[in-house]
Amino acid sequence: MSVSSPLPHDAARLHVTGAARYVDDIPTPRGTLHLAFGLSGIAKGRITAMDLDAVRAAPGVIAVLTATDLPFANDVSPSVHDEPLLSDGHVHYLGQTLFLVIADSHAEARRAARRGKVSYEKDTPILTIDEALAADSRFEEGPRIYQRGDAAAALADAPHTVEGALELGAQEHFYLEGQAALALPQEGGDMVVHSSTQHPTEIQHKVAEALGVPMHSVRVETRRMGGGFGGKESQGNALAVACAVAARLTGKPCKMRYDRDDDMVITGKRHDFRISYRAGFDDNGRVLGVEFLQLARCGWAQDLSLPVADRAMLHADNAYWLPDIRIESHRLKTNTQSATAFRGFGGPQGMVGIERVMDHIAHELGLDPVEVRRRNYYDPPAGGSAPFEPVTRTDGVPGSTPRDISEQKKDNCTPYGQVVEDFELWEMTEALLASSDYAARKRAVAEWNASNPVIKKGLAFSPVKFGISFTLTHLNQAGALVHVYQDGSVHLNHGGTEMGQGLFQKVAQVAATRFGIALETVKITATDTGKVPNTSATAASSGSDLNGMAVKAACDTIRGRMAAFLAERYQAKPEDVRFEAGLVRVGTAEMRFAEAAKLAYENRVSLSATGFYKTPKLAWDRINGNGRPFFYFAYGAAVTEVALDTLTGENRILRADILHDAGASLNPALDKGQVEGGYVQGAGWLTCEELVWDDTGRLRTHAPSTYKIPAFSDQPETFNVALWDGRNREDTIYRSKAVGEPPLMLGISAFLALSDAVASCGTVYPMLDAPATPERLLQAVQRIRDGV
Amino acid sequence: MDITFLLNGESVELRDVPATATLLDWLRDTRGLTGTKEGCNEGDCGACTVMVQDEDGARALNACILFMPQINGKSVRTVEGISGPDGQLHPVQQAMIDQHGSQCGFCTPGFITSMATAHINGDSDHATALAGNLCRCTGYAPILRAAEAAGEQPVPDWLSDFDLAELPAAAMAGDQPLTGAAVRPETIIELARWYEAHPDATLIAGATDVGLWVTKQLRDLGPVAFLNRCRDLQRIEETDTRVTLGAGVTIARLIPLMDRLHPSFGAMLRRYGSAQVRGAATIGGNIANGSPIGDGPPALIALGATLHLRRGGDRREIPLENFFLDYGKQDRHPGEFVEAVSFAKAPDRLKCYKLSKRFDQDISAVCGCFDIAVEDGVATEVRIAFGGMAGIPKRAAHVEAALVGRPWNADTIKAADDAWTRDFTPMSDMRASARYRLDAARNMLTRYFMESQGLATSVKEVRA
Repeated sequence: MSVSSPLPHDAARLHVTGAARYVDDIPTPRGTLHLAFGLSGIAKGRITAMDLDAVRAAPGVIAVLTATDLPFANDVSPSVHDEPLLSDGHVHYLGQTLFLVIADSHAEARRAARRGKVSYEKDTPILTIDEALAADSRFEEGPRIYQRGDAAAALADAPHTVEGALELGAQEHFYLEGQAALALPQEGGDMVVHSSTQHPTEIQHKVAEALGVPMHSVRVETRRMGGGFGGKESQGNALAVACAVAARLTGKPCKMRYDRDDDMVITGKRHDFRISYRAGFDDNGRVLGVEFLQLARCGWAQDLSLPVADRAMLHADNAYWLPDIRIESHRLKTNTQSATAFRGFGGPQGMVGIERVMDHIAHELGLDPVEVRRRNYYDPPAGGSAPFEPVTRTDGVPGSTPRDISEQKKDNCTPYGQVVEDFELWEMTEALLASSDYAARKRAVAEWNASNPVIKKGLAFSPVKFGISFTLTHLNQAGALVHVYQDGSVHLNHGGTEMGQGLFQKVAQVAATRFGIALETVKITATDTGKVPNTSATAASSGSDLNGMAVKAACDTIRGRMAAFLAERYQAKPEDVRFEAGLVRVGTAEMRFAEAAKLAYENRVSLSATGFYKTPKLAWDRINGNGRPFFYFAYGAAVTEVALDTLTGENRILRADILHDAGASLNPALDKGQVEGGYVQGAGWLTCEELVWDDTGRLRTHAPSTYKIPAFSDQPETFNVALWDGRNREDTIYRSKAVGEPPLMLGISAFLALSDAVASCGTVYPMLDAPATPERLLQAVQRIRDGV
Repeated sequence: MDITFLLNGESVELRDVPATATLLDWLRDTRGLTGTKEGCNEGDCGACTVMVQDEDGARALNACILFMPQINGKSVRTVEGISGPDGQLHPVQQAMIDQHGSQCGFCTPGFITSMATAHINGDSDHATALAGNLCRCTGYAPILRAAEAAGEQPVPDWLSDFDLAELPAAAMAGDQPLTGAAVRPETIIELARWYEAHPDATLIAGATDVGLWVTKQLRDLGPVAFLNRCRDLQRIEETDTRVTLGAGVTIARLIPLMDRLHPSFGAMLRRYGSAQVRGAATIGGNIANGSPIGDGPPALIALGATLHLRRGGDRREIPLENFFLDYGKQDRHPGEFVEAVSFAKAPDRLKCYKLSKRFDQDISAVCGCFDIAVEDGVATEVRIAFGGMAGIPKRAAHVEAALVGRPWNADTIKAADDAWTRDFTPMSDMRASARYRLDAARNMLTRYFMESQGLATSVKEVRA
């Protein structure tokens, strides 16, 4: 059976031979023009003059466009129309796109773009969280607040409290393939766009607006991206729109790709956060009340910042039942790149907040951090091997009075009103602690630290509970288009995009399984807005959940028609028609799938179908923070051991053990790849990856020479990754679970392990900020040794 | 400029190639071979890696900062040429499929060429060979598994058959004197004469720095000379007492030498750029560009190295540290170039501590190099040099003075604390703050002391 087989990525052979085509590899028609943006040199102000004569005179330049040259909409925002493609005269960040150069070659466009002479009336930029707070510079009218019970009262009554704050730095996606688009003008004003995007429909929508045509006049195609990670959910709009507008104006195909430095300077990154917390707890480390203040630096435009910040709030509980809780979230507007989607979409930041609290409590009480975590875990689902029987929720809605938790009467309700019904972490934690030999290694680390003055070790465990579904409920839909040809070969198309995660292969495995045919019989095709319309971004880890189901529906429609036809022909019941092992069996008759397809065709049976799926059970009120935003939760847990050099702060991940819940995996090999890669990317976010802006708002780390993602030797020296053997309790595609984002947060354990190593240098809690660069670690060691 | 080379086994002859056209652009835009990718266009991600073979063997190089004249007379294999003539997969390709080593696939061609190069060289130090290839998807674990699996397979025929005799004769300028805006001297003498007459020219050896002047700063270089054909500039001369390194010696070639003479220097050089950078970059370039954060000069200064400069037929020698006058300013006359650097052989006491945000392929925040002789418990000779602590690679003269002649113990090191700020007022930038640089530099001396007492202090030596 194809589903659940650990097959390689569908394009693996193309990848390793260099034959896989990305946007910039597509052969272009003769006369294709190339584009580059002229960028602002200041972070905030007004343009008083733009002298572009030298740009126009530069070799190879065909045309130079400014905002006034745009024929229709000047907007590339995915949300509230606040992102002009080309500046309307105001400058909101350093790197903003001001003018567009159209030239004969990529190199000529880049050279010319630097010749613009722009005069500004400068204004003082708002760059930091503190500056934005002081200026009340924000999106939405004020902070969002989700709360349950009375956290302040619970804190006041609590026997113990801790409080603190941590900075969480931004993160550059660093997809290896930079942003790219190619627009090919068609007859009658139509446009075909190839875009490296996670969201072809959005590209189609923005291009149509910019060209003043209906969406039916624009077709967008995406075969694959060289990495996305959320960075191609909205950030590709500008290039695609620029190409389409330039193609319309010149009548020539137009291509644009960002040079890496431009890419990093122009596009948004993961939101940096400051999270302050106060937590009250009992002698056993059980949380009685907790308050979080989440300050998100959103940059200059709204983009997707509201749902990102919402998701941070929705993960402020992570795996823990927190009886009284208040989460206050500020979405701050600054004159920096517009922070955008990035794998986890705010969830990681929210999760680090509560994991910090758990660690801090354990330190305060001198308890094992794993034990403190377990004491606060949600209860396991009914039927699980639970230490406590889950108690049915009786008190109704959020905002109720504080409950007595002394008898562990957990209602398993999240702070936002969704009951956790599938909490897998009790058993997973048990299994991981055993397989990683946690207890013995914890002792060994303590012994090591007692006898080694310079190199300190740290060991930490962290769990992940990540909510699966778009929190904007209507996005939880998908479509598919499946054709069976008369030779039995199958053409597969759906709304999901391939960015390396293996979605296409997993979905193809579903299709092959539905028809009982070999995977080779199924042709995977590029995402195409002309085949499946109105798609959602491939985001929120939803790709295989949504598109797998849509494809299943399409396949089953065709299968149903074939079965009905064959049943009639062979005097059998449709439900007795079997599709397996490349054969179709009807009673005693048996034929190859191809023969069945041909027969069906000759008997005028439609062999093409669409499929549609919408996620059930969702109901969410984001303003009041109440309802069921998630269909289910995906779980994971990690134990990481690190070594820290207390002379310089240099460090290494010595070992990581991971157990991750992918439900009944559609493809364990691909899912394991997501887990390994997600862990390293998450650890990178919290350790070596540091974005630095100077006090003029200029990003100083805009290339891999200065921005350091994990390199080959940064992988854990020992890396044990296993998938949790379980089925999704909800009815997802073959009971699998989404696996794109959740593993990123396993990397939190690396950060906590470093904190643990620092803590061994003294008695006070380290209060480590992220990214924990060698410099921050050395500072923390010095603070701890000084006892502050 | 005319160029002849082998591309995936086929001879290519080009005429009038612009001197600063990069191999990557030519492959993708002109030749239509799009397997080789542009990831960063500055030699930091490895997506454009190609295998280059010549009389020195097989090397992985970054095509994005490799100028076409640099491949003249060599064999280049791109990812398209790693597979066999009938499409058979190379063992590293098959292993990458089997081990799920590609996800988005964009970095994969660069990994394949790096892995195939290491494979042909029998190199199983995968972490070092692949430090210059960034992958954002996999976390590297499956790539490591693939490299290990492929290591057990033989080099396939189509690559093992490579014969130097197949290399095309490099297109030459002929017997005429060097003329034009781009030249390829064959000897030091030719170079010296031409450069004396063209003192404003740019000398290009590995192009790992100059390449970025073109790809990032979009500069027109004016007259250039490519040095890679000056074989006499690439000599390593070793006598009983002295080692002389020609300016054209690549960092890659320095490593085995330093592993033998000064292992800590050798270990640091393994972290110098990446395999792709070390195979192109030269020690002469590392010195001559005057960078305050180049890793070669601090180590060589600590070894008391002498710099050999040449202008036309005139030569002079200066202590290496005297070459660096101020940020961006060196003691080099118009038309004068670095011909060699030499140092005396001495018992190995050298320790090189390279500090960066990321262990591999990162520019140093601080690079401290220490050479301290201790006799009868007293520090008798002290040479300490730093990169990243000033506008130039610089000796820690006050610290040295505070140590020399004093008992070699923790108290002496503590007593030297104040000397650091007299030697250095480092800057704060995106790599590190001034305070961290100073603290770390001080602690490096502590580390040197602890190591001299037999204490292990490296996170690299610790296991779970």
